[in-house]
Amino acid sequence: MSFLEVKDTTLKFGGVTAVDNLSFSVEEGEVFAIVGPNGAGKSTVFNLISRFYDPIAGSIVFDGHDLLKSKASEVATFGVARTFQNIELFDQATVLENLLVGRHRHRGTNFVSELFFTPSVKKQELQSRHFVEEIIDFLDLQAYREKRIAGLPYGVRKVVEVARALATDPKLLLLDEPASGLSVEETTDMRWWIDDIRRQMGITVLMVEHDMGLVSGVSDRVLAMADGAKLALGTPQEVQSDPAVIEAYLGHVA
Amino acid sequence: MRIVFKTDYMQDIRPWKDTYQLMLYMILLAVVIAAPMLIDDFYLGELTNVLIWALAGMGLMVLTGHTGQASLGHAAFLAFGCYANIIMMEQGVPFMVAFPLAGLLTGLVGVIIAIPALRLHGIYLAIATLAMSILTDDIIVLTETWTGGVSGKYAPPVNVFGFDIDRWGTPKEFYYLVLGVVVIVTLGYINLMRAPLGRSFIAVRDSEVSAQAMGVDIARTKAMSFGLSCAVTGLAGALMGLFAGAFNNETFSVIISIELLMMIVIGGLGSIHGAFLGAIVIGFLPQFLSISKEWVGALFGGSSVAIPGLEFGVFGFILILFILFEPMGIYGRWLKIRTFIELFPFYRKDMFKRQKSYLKTERLR
Repeated sequence: MSFLEVKDTTLKFGGVTAVDNLSFSVEEGEVFAIVGPNGAGKSTVFNLISRFYDPIAGSIVFDGHDLLKSKASEVATFGVARTFQNIELFDQATVLENLLVGRHRHRGTNFVSELFFTPSVKKQELQSRHFVEEIIDFLDLQAYREKRIAGLPYGVRKVVEVARALATDPKLLLLDEPASGLSVEETTDMRWWIDDIRRQMGITVLMVEHDMGLVSGVSDRVLAMADGAKLALGTPQEVQSDPAVIEAYLGHVA
Repeated sequence: MRIVFKTDYMQDIRPWKDTYQLMLYMILLAVVIAAPMLIDDFYLGELTNVLIWALAGMGLMVLTGHTGQASLGHAAFLAFGCYANIIMMEQGVPFMVAFPLAGLLTGLVGVIIAIPALRLHGIYLAIATLAMSILTDDIIVLTETWTGGVSGKYAPPVNVFGFDIDRWGTPKEFYYLVLGVVVIVTLGYINLMRAPLGRSFIAVRDSEVSAQAMGVDIARTKAMSFGLSCAVTGLAGALMGLFAGAFNNETFSVIISIELLMMIVIGGLGSIHGAFLGAIVIGFLPQFLSISKEWVGALFGGSSVAIPGLEFGVFGFILILFILFEPMGIYGRWLKIRTFIELFPFYRKDMFKRQKSYLKTERLR
């Protein structure tokens, strides 16, 4: 049994088949990338795993949990964290508060104890803060700790989103275009971070990305998609030289 | 320029930033405790009124300011809290039991209403809650046997720790009763907002999709917020009933709901301070208007004139000014002034400018 197993999954929006009988599996400890032209259904796969959409057929199993039987908010409690393509941070809160929301799945206190801020709540807050500080250290966000998201530049927001996902202490990290809109240096930073996330923290990474440099640099396996279906699956080199992939990106050879 | 040097996580976890700030709040507390010795009974009554409005404002602030769910129906919960408290007292339940129970019951009713209502978003939720507010009037008339209908009810004096308290006979004691409730609720509110539940409220307000992706159960969090909001509003309603002395189906009209919402917008959405600042505006505006009317009347040699609807007109005008020029309310303006002073001379004009982001991940609805 694989770590994350997506099997024969299909999703339709009206007449459009967004995901077409797609199967793939992610092994524990690897970096798995999904590539494909715009509208191939890459982000839709993420939204299926996050349970924002219900597939009409198929199954998605993560670490022994049948995700299709769980609520969207439960997916995070199993240890799946994600970022969003267009950045979905809590805009009116500070970076620190954003990361602390990431600790929500480890909440061991209830409404009444929080109302009186009992010593157990205090202890939990200190622990959460300690964990969050390690993430801040790891991603070099010290300078932005107290800043509100609404005033931060795009590149920093992108990193904060990764930080917030890491703050949940996940087993599987879903990165939706981590390098889109980043400068060359920021993309290089992101590449080393993804490498460190896998090696130091031992977190499995599943990412959607267009930057082939980043993809071939960090990923162990790549899945190429077009029109919701699987085109090719293999190492970055194999996928890049696959005739079907070249055709999907560049069209027919005349 | 004042810089807080942080060396300990507790500095961020405790409610005050540094001793200076703690001192300010202690002085404020001392002033409000000493208030009955400083001002006469008329102004003490006005201050009591402001505190009750601030309590109701905090109730709505949890829901609208922190969880981002607009409600135009909170007068209904004021009414429920008020009638629940008085009816229980008439059945012989002592005030010390009836009062918290009235809050709890209002909270429960809130949760029950929240489950269907919070499937609605934004303007639709506002319309649904508005309908609830309008219905309240009819429900009070229809349930005349309990509520007294159009002829209304009178609030009996209440007994707290052996002291008989009533608004007219013992205004000082009544003030302390209200102050006690307000302080306790405020402390609870502060505690919640620095704990996971408070943060999940903010998460739901700012982005439901990513709150969900962080493991926040949206429906439960919203219901929790609605329940808490209604419970606090119910307590405010009970005090409002006692303060008014007599009330009927028209006391908690839809106007009160709208006033309450306008109050927290003027005060500043998303801050506890905002509820208090808004209440000060709402509470003192009628007095201010009547005093200035007399003054204007004297200026022209005549007696004061009655202008129908003046209060609402001025109130609406103030609201429009705030929405146009300071959407963050009085507290938002204060934050800007404070930042200006603290950073002098490094304040930038656009420091608080809101960035519009047009690209949001599909909202899935």
